[in-house]
Formats: sequence, structure tokens, C-alpha cells
Amino acid sequence: MAESQEQFAIRVRDLVVGFGRQTVLDHLSLDVRKGEILGLVGASGGGKSVLMRTIIGLIPRQGGTIDVTGRPVGGRTEGAATTWGILFQQGALFSSLTVRQNVQFPLRENLVLSQELMDEIAIAKLEMVGLRAQDADKYPAELSGGMTKRVALARALALDPPILFLDEPTSGLDPIAAGDFDALIGTLQKTLGLTVFMVTHDLASLTTVCDRVAALADGKIVAIGPMRELLQSEHPWVRAYFHGKRSQMLQHEMR
Amino acid sequence: MNSEPLLLATPSGDVLKLRPEGPWTAANVSALETLSRSVGANVDQSRAVTLDMSGVSALDTLGAWVLEKLSRRASSSGRSAEFIGVADHFSGLMDEVRQVNRHTPPPSPAPNPVLLRLNDLGKSTVGAREDLTIFLQMLGALFMAVIGVLRRPRSLRLTSLVYQLYRIGWQAIPIVVLITFLIGAIIAQQGFFHFRRFGAESYTVDMVGILVLRELGVLIVAIMVAGRSGSAYTAELGSMKMREEIDALSTMGLDPVHVLILPRIAALVIALPILAFIGSIAALYGGGLVAQFYGGMAPAIYIARLHEAISVAHFEVGILKAPFMALVIGVVACSEGLRVKGSAESLGRQTTTSVVKSIFLVIVLDGLFAIFFASIGM
Repeated sequence: MAESQEQFAIRVRDLVVGFGRQTVLDHLSLDVRKGEILGLVGASGGGKSVLMRTIIGLIPRQGGTIDVTGRPVGGRTEGAATTWGILFQQGALFSSLTVRQNVQFPLRENLVLSQELMDEIAIAKLEMVGLRAQDADKYPAELSGGMTKRVALARALALDPPILFLDEPTSGLDPIAAGDFDALIGTLQKTLGLTVFMVTHDLASLTTVCDRVAALADGKIVAIGPMRELLQSEHPWVRAYFHGKRSQMLQHEMR
Repeated sequence: MNSEPLLLATPSGDVLKLRPEGPWTAANVSALETLSRSVGANVDQSRAVTLDMSGVSALDTLGAWVLEKLSRRASSSGRSAEFIGVADHFSGLMDEVRQVNRHTPPPSPAPNPVLLRLNDLGKSTVGAREDLTIFLQMLGALFMAVIGVLRRPRSLRLTSLVYQLYRIGWQAIPIVVLITFLIGAIIAQQGFFHFRRFGAESYTVDMVGILVLRELGVLIVAIMVAGRSGSAYTAELGSMKMREEIDALSTMGLDPVHVLILPRIAALVIALPILAFIGSIAALYGGGLVAQFYGGMAPAIYIARLHEAISVAHFEVGILKAPFMALVIGVVACSEGLRVKGSAESLGRQTTTSVVKSIFLVIVLDGLFAIFFASIGM
């Protein structure tokens, strides 16, 4: 560990999480560097979402430490919205608020600012994620799947948090929309200097936008590194994941 | 790093030089708003504005937007505005912010308040007609399902029916008994208290008996069932609709009315008269206890008076209404459940509508029955 503390956005050490007798995460350690896009892959039900939810404090841990931007995380932290933004799988937009109000919600709760500025910031965020100002007065029920994800992203980024968590951002999107969304995340990551922690199954996302990929199996990170290195990995599960029939087909076409 | 943001304004000739310093981030938003407002007048007076960004230590979307707004304020009236000294790691963000808020949609014209009222009135009129249509449609669909069951009795969902009976009948008994017992006791207490003044205490028993058997027993029970089971029906069917379970049933060639709604409404129609009966007895019992301990009337006398005061006709009037009330509650609850749309809010709204509407209709129906029974002399 020659790298200094400063270079890490998230440091997870010896994390143990379980429900009842079942241990989901077993002494897991993971470092996320500042300014990178880290993709996390793992079997369905293998604890990817549990890991993400534990880092953001939604699930209690039984052991280990989690440091986010150099500060230890414990339970629900005040001002969490300024530290990280989270894009939930289904968007988790507040259904009783309009798109504009959804994006303004973190601003309203955390800052004191005029309504005029708040409106402008909300529209600015919506335009940054590729929506139009006309969409601002719609309700979440009136949005398509792709738009919901974009609004949720705008809300996650409302306070310009340094870290962005994405839970399967491209699931349920068609390949074109998924590709656009990947590109959007890449662009935003560059302009805002974000650190992105992405749980995904989308091999295309992993290859195109992720700087590094971590593989979670048996409650541990079994391999981590750029996509190219992971493809060389000898771990049986990682091999099965990236060299299965479906993956082979995709990778073949990418070459 | 943690210092306050600053905005230095140096006019040199016609050119205003603005030099923002420190962290221009969301955390300092109130300071940023004050700063940008304070130089607003200077910006309007000068011919050209230069924003020197070299002193900015931290920048986020909000800070960048406040600065961009200043520059737009200058350039909007034909003056020139430019950013200089933008650090490399901020340039992407500044470029991005320069693109946004360019196409603000025209504000929608303020609606005429009179027209708005008329619009609401028209909408609710159409809505009322729509409500009636949906009620009749559901009644018709239910009737067709009943005919289907009569033709092929084995197609009745017996398991579902028994389960619903258990839920809305058996499990409702404790609360129904408790509440009707209290109502009976309260009526009796009021009767004794007020009739005592003109020595008509014994007529309290007549009042309790007739009121409970004819009206209150069934009405209270129906209202409770509407609140307890009607709301549950709406919420269940609504969430099934939201999760496309009802569509799944239809695509398998099954009629949702037959599978889901008929057993529920049939269970209500069977359970409500039984609950009304149990409730009436509990109310009479409550009245009897009050008569003994508050009115000083021996139980034997209470029963004897009750025997004289009421006839089977009173009981029939009450219990005959119960199945009709059950039908109204069930039809309203199920049709409101099917009207639920995608959101959680819609589910809540339809559940409320269901309860309010079924209680209202139960009371209206009770009034119609009162007129009907009075005119046939029961």
C-alpha cells in the first residue's frame, strides 16, 4: 500500500455483513480511488447491493471499517447528500413531487437559497442529464424508464457530491438508451470530477465506461483491476462470468 | 481552502473586472447569492465585464451557474462578457454550465379563476357520470359472473370465498361486537337520562330495540365493514393492478371479475348480514347492562319489555338491508381498486375514495330503504 490515504474515495476494510446465520460479506476489503469509475460485478443475490447499501449506511455491519473521503462511516450521517449521491435501481423518485421538485428536494433540505436560484439549478441539472426544461413539471408516473433514471441521476447530483453510487443504472433500458446513459455518466464524471461506484451486470458498461472492475464472489472481492486484467483472471467464478457463452459472444464482437 | 468566497469588483474605465475568490460551492450558497446581488448594479452600469477565474479554489455546478448568470446578465443587454483564467479542471464544468438554461419554456399564462372554477365543475360533473358508469359496469360484470357460476357451479372459487369469509367475517367479529356493544350502551344511557325527566324510562327499551334492530345495528356494521374490508379490497386489487397481476390473469384467459372480485363480493354479501345480526345482539346486550346498572331495571323486565316492544318485522327490516349494503360496498371497493394507476399516491387516493364513497352510498341506501319500508307499512 504505497498509495496515500488521499487517493481513496472509499476504503472498505474487513467488512462483515450478514442476516441471521447467513454471512453475505465475509471480511471484504475494497478501495475505490478518487476520480475513477469502479464497476462491481457479482452473482445475483451475491451481495453486490448489500455492499453498496452497507457503504451508504442502509444496512448495519457486523465488523470492519468503512472510510468515505477519509472519514469513517457510521449509521446515518448528517449531510449525507453532500457526500454522495445515489441512483437507486428503480429511480426511487418521490411520486408525489414533480420532476423539478424531486431535483430541488436535496437543495431545499440542505441549503438556504432563493426559489429563483433553486429553479435555475434544477433546470441546469436536468439539462446536464439530457432532459428538457419542459419535462420539469411532469410527475414520475408520466416518465419513461430512461427518463426516470435521468431524473434520478439529476437528483443524485443536485448537491454536486464527490461520490456517486449507481445500482444497475442500465438495467431495463434498451441498448441505445443504455449506451447513451453510459456516455452521460462518463461525461458527468469528467466534468464534475466524480468518483463513481457502479453495480452492474451490463458487460458493455463495464467495458466502455469503467476504469476498473471488481468481482465479488463468496463474500469477497476475488479480482479487481481494469477489464483487460479481469479477463485474464484465473478465478473460476470470474472465468465463468466473463467467459460464459453470453459474455464470449459480446466480447467477440467487441474485438 | 475553507475560507469564505469573495467577489472583488474593480472598475477600470468602462470595463468592470470581477475576480471571484475562494470556494464557489453549494455549501456557501447564501454568501454567493449575496455577492452576486451586490455587484449586479455595477454589472449593469459597465460596458464590458471580465470575470477572472484564477482565484477560485473550488467550484461546483451551483457556483459555476451563479457566475454564468452574472456573465449572462452583462451580455443580455449587448455588453460583452468574458471569462479569463479558467483553470483546466474547471473548464469542463464551465462549458457545461454555459449550455444550460438557454431554452426556458415560455411561462404558461395565468389561468382565469372563473374559467378554472367552471372547468372544475365540468370535470366533476363528467366525473360523476363516469363514476355511475363504472359502478353499473361492475354490477353488470358481477351479474354475468354470477350467471356463469350458476351455469357451472364448480367454477366458483370456493377456497377464495372461504378465505375471504374468514378474513372479513370471522376476524371482524371482535371489533364489531365491541363497537356495537358500546353504541347500544350509549343509546340506553341517553334514553334513561332524558326519558327520566318525564317518567318515561321504560320506553327506553322500545327505543333501543327499534333503533338497533331497524337502523343502527346494520348501519354501524356496514360503515365499519366499509372502512375495514372495503379499504382492504381496494388496496389489494389496486396493488395487483399496479404490479400487472390483473393483466396476467386476463392474458391467461381468466376473468378477473370471476377470479378476484366475485369471491370477495360474495363473501361480503354473506358476512354482512351475519355481522349485522351479531352486532345487533351485542348492542341489545349493552343496552341491557346499562338498563340494569344505570337505569335500575332488572334483566327479566328488560327482556319482557323488549319482547313487547319489538316484532320480527323490525328485525327483518334491518337484516334485509344488509346484503344490499354489502353489495354496494363490494362493488365500490372493487371498482375503485381497478381504477388505481401506476403510482403509490394513486393507490392511496383510490382507497380513500372507496371508503368515502361506500359510506356515503350506504347511508343513502339506508334512507331509500327507510322510505320504502315506511310506504309498505313495515
